[in-house]
Amino acid sequence: MSVWQPIADIAAKVQAGELSARQLVEQSLAKIAEQADYQAIIVTLDEMALARADKIDQAVKNGENVGRLAGVPFIAKDNFLVFGAETTAASNILKGFTAPYQATAVNRLEMEGAICVAKANLDAFAHGSSTENSDFFTTKNPHDPTRVPGGSSGGSAAAVMLDMAPFALGTDTGGSIRLPASFTGSVGFKPTYGLVSRSGVVAMASSTDVIGPLTRTVDDAALVFDVMAGRDELDSTTIDREEAYFPLNDTPLKGVKFGRITEYMDSEGLDSDVKALIENAIEKLKAAGAEIVDVSLPSLPLALAVYYIICPAEVSSNLSRYDGQRYGYSDPSATTLDDSYKMSRAHGFGKEAKRRIMIGTHVLSSGYYDAYYKKAQTVRTKIINEFNDVFNKVDFLLGPTAPEVAFKIGANVNDPLKMYLTDIMTVAVNLAGIPAISIPAGSVDNLPVGLQLMAPQKHDAALLALARKTEETVA
Amino acid sequence: MADLSRDDVLKLARLARLMLSDDEITEFAAELAEILKYVEQLDAVDVSGLEPTSQVTGLTNVTRDDKVIDYGYAPQDLLSNVPHTQDNLIKVKRMIA
Repeated sequence: MSVWQPIADIAAKVQAGELSARQLVEQSLAKIAEQADYQAIIVTLDEMALARADKIDQAVKNGENVGRLAGVPFIAKDNFLVFGAETTAASNILKGFTAPYQATAVNRLEMEGAICVAKANLDAFAHGSSTENSDFFTTKNPHDPTRVPGGSSGGSAAAVMLDMAPFALGTDTGGSIRLPASFTGSVGFKPTYGLVSRSGVVAMASSTDVIGPLTRTVDDAALVFDVMAGRDELDSTTIDREEAYFPLNDTPLKGVKFGRITEYMDSEGLDSDVKALIENAIEKLKAAGAEIVDVSLPSLPLALAVYYIICPAEVSSNLSRYDGQRYGYSDPSATTLDDSYKMSRAHGFGKEAKRRIMIGTHVLSSGYYDAYYKKAQTVRTKIINEFNDVFNKVDFLLGPTAPEVAFKIGANVNDPLKMYLTDIMTVAVNLAGIPAISIPAGSVDNLPVGLQLMAPQKHDAALLALARKTEETVA
Repeated sequence: MADLSRDDVLKLARLARLMLSDDEITEFAAELAEILKYVEQLDAVDVSGLEPTSQVTGLTNVTRDDKVIDYGYAPQDLLSNVPHTQDNLIKVKRMIA
């Protein structure tokens, strides 16, 4: 059992004066100190957080309404800009960078009374599936410290499962919220592309980057998402929200039609114990009245290849801003501008960032653009069309989040392609821009397994309501 | 086409403004070739009649009024992360060697 109550209850108690925001922040900071060996956190924001807590407690005493997340501590992945705090994206090139403004997502949470207490570790610039690409250190899995927590939002997921805060923020470009949720047994929600503003978040691959919560329960995820979602003039790719996401409707499973994705469930790479757990979850859903049919999206196995063209292409473009001139590391020994660019980037970027910049530069370069980038974008259309077709037949899709449980630290570090394959069941969702969620489906040898549910674009409220029902049914 | 020579790698590094060590050149030549070989499975996919997708929001031509909005930031605060400044400007190294 977690030391944290449901987020809505915590906020209600703070508003009622039964709990103080200071107590909550102190509890959170104490947990972070107690579990420091897991290396989930890059920096804590003690002074700022306690000052905010005192302000909130005073407002409660004055009889003011402090918001739906009154006094609730949270942890932001270190690619979110939090005003006045160091923001590194776990990269050496951004070491020492102090955020001069704040992410819209963080602003919206603060406006409802939430308090950011710490910044969580990640694979540098969110490039990875294990946090081993962090330029600083590797986060350990709360269930087995010899294993990875998944990535790239591994620090956020581990922090939630280590009770450091009731929720954490993550980003999901190819599975970076859902994969660590699966590996740590937390809930990880990747919303429809465009529903949460990315202003103030370090960009990775802009056509698939989304922001979402990591929590212990679907209800908590829905509340946090409800606070963050909606258009923002500072992010021109945001879309209008058309629904409320909290409180969730109590929708029955009876009559719901799920598609069981055969390309995932019958894939050779799927671990047999993981498969058995997902099949078991399917049986429980059937017993609760849901209808489950096999569906095929024949182009899904191509999604990873599409992703590893489009993502590095966008990464190489987004990382060109780190040039040693305007912010971040600047090599002191350079004598000309061109050398300053090359040397600052050479010494500031880690291996994976360089690898992706190189691949991206190749697939976008003259003579290769059509063969790689344009082809990948066109296969992306094919994948989107297959999702659209299948959602004409079923309400939701279902499958594993990852083909295996959390792997050992060090197991994949020398084989980049093998590391990329960890994302094989999550990337298609990002290419299509649809919402998906990973919820715990049980454990294999004490290591958690995530069940992944997907819905059509902008059906986030229905997906969350269904996920809550599934969470009760499968647990 | 999956093979990459050292010259190919150096050309990419120059385009990307990255200085690479000898070891990195060797490593990247091998790793990039392996990754490109994997993504080249797309060569065989029939995409006739399909258009490329560059974004999924359905939004087109998002514009705003061309007006200055004051967010209350002082220039010196925004410049506080700049490695070298002079007179509230960003100072860079000389461009000609």
